[in-house]
Amino acid sequence: MNKLEDAIISLLASHEVMDEGQYPKSITSFTVPRDRFIDAARALKKADARLVAEWATDERNFGKGFGIYTCYNKDTEYLIVRAYAPLEDPTFPSLTKKFVSAWRFERQMKSLMGVIPVGHPDQRPWIKHEDWPEDAYPLRKDFDPSCPMPRVHGEYQWIRAEGEGVHEIAVGPVHAGIIEPGHFRFQAVGEDVLNLEERLGYVHKGIEKRFEALSWDEGARLAGRVSGDTTVAHALAYCRAIEAMTSFNVPERGLWLRALMLERERIANHIGDIGAISNDASFAFLYYQFMRLKEGFLRTNLNFFGHRFMMDRVVLGGVAVNINADGINEIYSELDRFEKEFERLVIIYDESPSLEDRVRDAGILKPEMAKDLGVVGFVARASGQRLDCRIQSAFPPYDRIVTKMTVLNSGDVHARAWVRIEEIRDSVNLIREMLRTLPLGEVKTSFKTPSPDVSGFSTVEGWRGEIVYWVQSGPKGEINRCMVRDPSSVCWIAVEQAIHGNIVPDFPLCNKSFNQSYSGHDL
Amino acid sequence: MIKSVSLGSAYFRKYVSIIEVFMLRILHQIFRTGIVTEPLPIEVEAGIEIVGQRLEETIRKRFHRSLNIRAVDAGSCNGCELEIHALNNPIYNCERFGIHFTASPRFADMLLVTGPVSRNMEIALKRTYEATPPPKLVVAVGDCGFNGGIFGKSYASLGGIGEVIPVNAFIPGCPPKPVDLLQGILRVIEI
Repeated sequence: MNKLEDAIISLLASHEVMDEGQYPKSITSFTVPRDRFIDAARALKKADARLVAEWATDERNFGKGFGIYTCYNKDTEYLIVRAYAPLEDPTFPSLTKKFVSAWRFERQMKSLMGVIPVGHPDQRPWIKHEDWPEDAYPLRKDFDPSCPMPRVHGEYQWIRAEGEGVHEIAVGPVHAGIIEPGHFRFQAVGEDVLNLEERLGYVHKGIEKRFEALSWDEGARLAGRVSGDTTVAHALAYCRAIEAMTSFNVPERGLWLRALMLERERIANHIGDIGAISNDASFAFLYYQFMRLKEGFLRTNLNFFGHRFMMDRVVLGGVAVNINADGINEIYSELDRFEKEFERLVIIYDESPSLEDRVRDAGILKPEMAKDLGVVGFVARASGQRLDCRIQSAFPPYDRIVTKMTVLNSGDVHARAWVRIEEIRDSVNLIREMLRTLPLGEVKTSFKTPSPDVSGFSTVEGWRGEIVYWVQSGPKGEINRCMVRDPSSVCWIAVEQAIHGNIVPDFPLCNKSFNQSYSGHDL
Repeated sequence: MIKSVSLGSAYFRKYVSIIEVFMLRILHQIFRTGIVTEPLPIEVEAGIEIVGQRLEETIRKRFHRSLNIRAVDAGSCNGCELEIHALNNPIYNCERFGIHFTASPRFADMLLVTGPVSRNMEIALKRTYEATPPPKLVVAVGDCGFNGGIFGKSYASLGGIGEVIPVNAFIPGCPPKPVDLLQGILRVIEI
């Protein structure tokens, strides 16, 4: 059952013990000496673990050094392994050669915390652009976030391709559409893409550092703005991490309403995406039809939850909104209307030869590649990976109202669209079931803030996939560190891989089928 | 020879019938949907009546009946982008007012900027502003566009749009609803 735990225990034998006390109920954790860090990774890789996240903390205020944390997952088991690096020698062995997903995590740790991954094949900064002062490490405790940083001269080393007919296309950060900023650099021969290199970080707003200046309650508002389209799921993941720290029990009706909002968010975003994919394949009819349906959902949200995207509705201790019988009836009838319309449109999507011609076999992410990269969410499920937090770490009501997981193997644009279609169908059923079993009672109870030096961990399946929060309280019971891992942190790299062998004009379509968040990635 | 022709036409007939059914489904859906574009809500409608003739005249004179907007995300959480997108959905259908979103700042009359301005977007925002030909209007969208919102001012966030480029008007909200955006845009061009 606990394969990862067994792997670690058999590796470390007498050396170490499990961390206790610091993680009430939420997750198993081990501290290992720095020189065994890589051994732990090797053992876990052998046990078929997936690297969920890797991050660093500054625990000098606890009289320790820098904490190097890794989180692994296999099936329903999540596990944290940490090591410490002293201030005089802030280094740790790089895991990138074991787990590809560590590649950007470690570049980011080096850039923002100044801990150096020894043996990392790519020492270029990430998020930290070339004009930052080199010694600016914002996540360190002695960094003053209120001081503006001077601009220095620097240059980013791009990956280059050379040869006859090879040319380079640079796109962004300001794009042609109404989308977030990021830079893409294509090396191409004619229309064929040889390589795509992403460069992100343009919307880095210092979110992780900002958490440390906020109260626990305000933190939920900020979490709801990590990525605006995923506001419910992020706020929920934040609240669940903190509720885990205090072993707080949210009233049942609150739990149900949280899940209800989470599924509504999933449906609204998935509809929008299917429309946008159709639009990028020049099928504007479906775009407008799906956008019409999406607008309907947003309006119902406004009527019954008080906000079109349900921002700030998930709060510590429960939810900030209740629903009455009228609301319940209206949601039922909305789902009935929606379902009929949606199914008609799905038939048109499915039968359109011009659409099929574009979406099939475009932007393929092979299952082996998906596994290597450690992608999550619909991207993973469209490439043969059985991953869904609603099943892997099912919290109420998902332990009673079971999600149907759709997994496809083709990994192309069509698969990513079709997984969304199936998930919309499933979410409609989930919402009906939630409304049918909606418990009575309070939606929120008063919340006690965490005591000093505890940590909480949570995962929530947002519409993009697994969202991970790890929160640690400081010596005075404040937020010491809040680690956010949006699905985009691991899925962006898959876009680079999926575009190989495609033509430049298909990039918008491929990119849209992933639709990763820039803000959620850059933080 | 004859055989192959008849085979071909059978194939052709089958193909045509598939296309027909497909097109009929689309047409059926279009007629069933009807026109969903809404008249503006009463408060906006009233606003337009007050501005009335003058507004239309302004757009005709200043913008040749069409106002070209370039949207720039200078660091937002993407919430505002969702609502700007919604302006183009068939329900708000902003094109009916002559509002077009353009792909380049060089064709733009107005920049619709969201954010707090992140440090990493400061230069790109300034360049976009410079690339927009004068006379130009800048509208800052959202609470973050006003003063940085919950992100505040920090090493990574410079605060509101006005910290970096001149702003003609602010549209508050987190995020502002599509109707608020329309109202805000109409108010700005009327100034």
